[in-house]
Amino acid sequence: MSTTGEGMAPEVESFAFSEENLEKIRGILARYPEDRRASAVLPLLHLAQEQHGGWLPRAALDHVADFLGMPRIQVYEVATFYDMFNTEPVGRIQVRVCTTTPCWLCGSDEVLRACREVLGVEVGESTPDGRFYLREFECLGACANAPVLWVDDDYFEDLDYARTKAVLEALKRGERPRPGPQSGRRGSMPAGGKTTLLFEEK
Amino acid sequence: MPKLVIDGEEIEVPAGYTVFQACELAGKEIPHFCYHPRLNIAGNCRMCLVEIEKSPKPVASCAMPAAEGMVVHTDSPLVHKARKGVLEFLLINHPLDCPICDQGGECDLQDLTLFYGPDHSRFEENKRAVADKYLGPLVATHMTRCIHCTRCIRFLTEVAGVPELGGCWRGEHLEITNYIERALHSELQGNIIDLCPVGALNSKPYQYRARIWELKKTESIDVMDAVGSNIRVDARGNEVMRILPRLHEEVNEEWISDKTRFAYDGLKYRRLDVPMVRRDGRLVEASWREAFRTLVDRMGELPGERMAFVLGDLVDAESMVLVRELAERLGCPHVDCRQDGAKIEGRLRAEYLFNTTIAGIEQADFCLLVGTNPRWEAPLVNARLRKRWRMGGFRVARIGAPFDLTYPVEDIGEGPETLKAVAEGEHEICEALAKAERPMLVLGPGAVARADGAAVLALAHRISERFGLLGEGWNGYNLLHTAAARVAGLDLGLLPGEGGRDLAGILKGVEAGEIELVWLLGADEIEVSRLAGAFVIYQGTHGDRAAPVADLVLPGAAYTEKNATWVNLEGRPQHGRLAVFPPGEAREDWKILRAASEALGRTVPLDNIFAVRARMAELAPQLARIDSVTPAEWGGFGRRGRLTEAPFVSPIADFYLTNPIARASKVMRQCSAEILRPVNEKATGTHG
Repeated sequence: MSTTGEGMAPEVESFAFSEENLEKIRGILARYPEDRRASAVLPLLHLAQEQHGGWLPRAALDHVADFLGMPRIQVYEVATFYDMFNTEPVGRIQVRVCTTTPCWLCGSDEVLRACREVLGVEVGESTPDGRFYLREFECLGACANAPVLWVDDDYFEDLDYARTKAVLEALKRGERPRPGPQSGRRGSMPAGGKTTLLFEEK
Repeated sequence: MPKLVIDGEEIEVPAGYTVFQACELAGKEIPHFCYHPRLNIAGNCRMCLVEIEKSPKPVASCAMPAAEGMVVHTDSPLVHKARKGVLEFLLINHPLDCPICDQGGECDLQDLTLFYGPDHSRFEENKRAVADKYLGPLVATHMTRCIHCTRCIRFLTEVAGVPELGGCWRGEHLEITNYIERALHSELQGNIIDLCPVGALNSKPYQYRARIWELKKTESIDVMDAVGSNIRVDARGNEVMRILPRLHEEVNEEWISDKTRFAYDGLKYRRLDVPMVRRDGRLVEASWREAFRTLVDRMGELPGERMAFVLGDLVDAESMVLVRELAERLGCPHVDCRQDGAKIEGRLRAEYLFNTTIAGIEQADFCLLVGTNPRWEAPLVNARLRKRWRMGGFRVARIGAPFDLTYPVEDIGEGPETLKAVAEGEHEICEALAKAERPMLVLGPGAVARADGAAVLALAHRISERFGLLGEGWNGYNLLHTAAARVAGLDLGLLPGEGGRDLAGILKGVEAGEIELVWLLGADEIEVSRLAGAFVIYQGTHGDRAAPVADLVLPGAAYTEKNATWVNLEGRPQHGRLAVFPPGEAREDWKILRAASEALGRTVPLDNIFAVRARMAELAPQLARIDSVTPAEWGGFGRRGRLTEAPFVSPIADFYLTNPIARASKVMRQCSAEILRPVNEKATGTHG
């Protein structure tokens, strides 16, 4: 987390939405009244971040603000408020470890240790090759399958040290490991097997 | 009108009041940080907690509407406990650097800690530290001291209309920032220093210069524009250390512009502090006796019609009384107080006043701006227009150059032809103008200080009569002045007399050799190079534009250095007071003129300021009614004539450098370079 906006992130000269994104934006704006365009700031920031390799330079924030006709500072506020927006360059694959209480009780410290070891970086850092970005995250809302790792768009659940290592090493090799519980259980069914509905329905 | 009981006393308050306001009305003092009566309610400091019966928890009174039958306690053990708790939390991350903090001695947090603060800290963890932000040459930051009341954010967003500050990141990491580390672009930004309840935002020029208890406070009047903002001049020894606003609901509320607040360092530089006489082409220092000898040599035998007086923008009314009396005794008809060349006739008071009054703007429902940029010409008039716009149901149209006034403005044209179309009822805006119940028109200096100014005034007069700008208790016709001296000059009739020349005539007369001597009283904004043919006397405060071409320099007193009267654009006379003494040999201007009249053998028999003011009251009775606006009677003014096609242009090209004091100020120069240059770039379309 940065303390000042400038001097940390590299200067990016300009930003403009791609044709493809402009098409999407037309659809997004249609959801809001004409004089409430500012309501579209979150989806537009997501699009901008996606287009700009996972982070938002000031040029992109300014572009979104001017595009929606809202004060630039308000877009800075939104972009810095939400953890999902990065205002500094980060690795392409974003590895986020949930360390909130339920995950922590279920061993997120071990998950974090595995991440550090495999990726060779500390929390808040990107790997030198720019592939991975490791960070802690507040509750990901998947407590039933704690501890949880969030990589790009996928959740990896029911982790321990070894399973985390396996997932990350697969990612490192360029494979796409199967998301979801890594313990073999289905969804968030009870971890030690069924405790109810033990009889077959006739 | 809900009735509630506060600390056992029943009180009835107006509908819509909050519990906080009700408590204030009942005479209870509620401690607070984030609440401010002129800003939206934020309710985030939690300091104003009170106990309301039947409410399970203490309630933030600033955000709770007062309701019928409420029983409020502001002094109960629960309230004290709650406030103590809130304050302890606020102090967790607040540094203990009061001894080196500029706010020390006038700090809300310090004061309230005295009453509610714990005697020791229970917090053993590290305090949070926050990087300071760069907000430009005026506002210094110490963000570790910030308690996140968000007053600065709300002021810039709501009152100034320049939303450049915000709260970035969140929770423990929340920081007040402009994110981009560049200067703020508001000309009212200095007010956030006053609003900050702690020492997070300080005045950069005043930083570490003085302690509040060392300062001598003098209540005075500002002269940087024609608004007549009420100010307090804080001085230590014979140096002005800072300038703060004073509350005046009808003029500046509790704000002042940055020029008013920060131009005071100009009082120290480039000052004329000793009389000077030109000898062998060079100005050399002289005594007052020598200066007056030179004056008598050049002026004593000169016929009145061969000399002229021109008055500048900062001149006080007392000096103008003396100029008038002296010119009369010298038989000199060539007197002009309109150094900008405005075509104001001055016969009728209504012609040159801001008749609606500044507070009256809040009653208007339509405004036509003509040739004016109020944001730079009178920032507090603009703030009032914005305040009116924020209330809703206010439409503003403009004839003149486009400029961001911080509220929406419809541009309907740039020059006199559009004004003529409106006057003749041929413009589409006429319908709105006619429909408005209390329409107002603001004529700026850019519309009257031009060759066809009289014709423009005639058009404005026609519009006023035709579209109901004049009603029962309502006068919607306004002239916006930029000079603090102008209205007093016009009230006192410092205009060309019988056969007299105006400024343009005087300059022509000098070039033709018909005028041999020109006395400039603080007049720097004229084409001084055209005075080469005459003997020039410059009486004023700064070696600015006119002093270098003068043959005789008489050092005068600046606005903080004399007891004097200024009349603001509404026609409101107000007394400025001496805060420090004039430097060196400089003297109060009316005294210099009085002494000169005696040396010339044409003594003006006004020997003290009371006699001068008595004479002023004879010449213009309304000027004796201090701090009141005497409504002006309506009549005919302006002169029909040919209109040119040139668009209206505001005379102010640089807000920060409009007068000799501001031009001598390093702070104002810095502002001009840092704040305005990007604005000008924006205007040329290279930005955004």
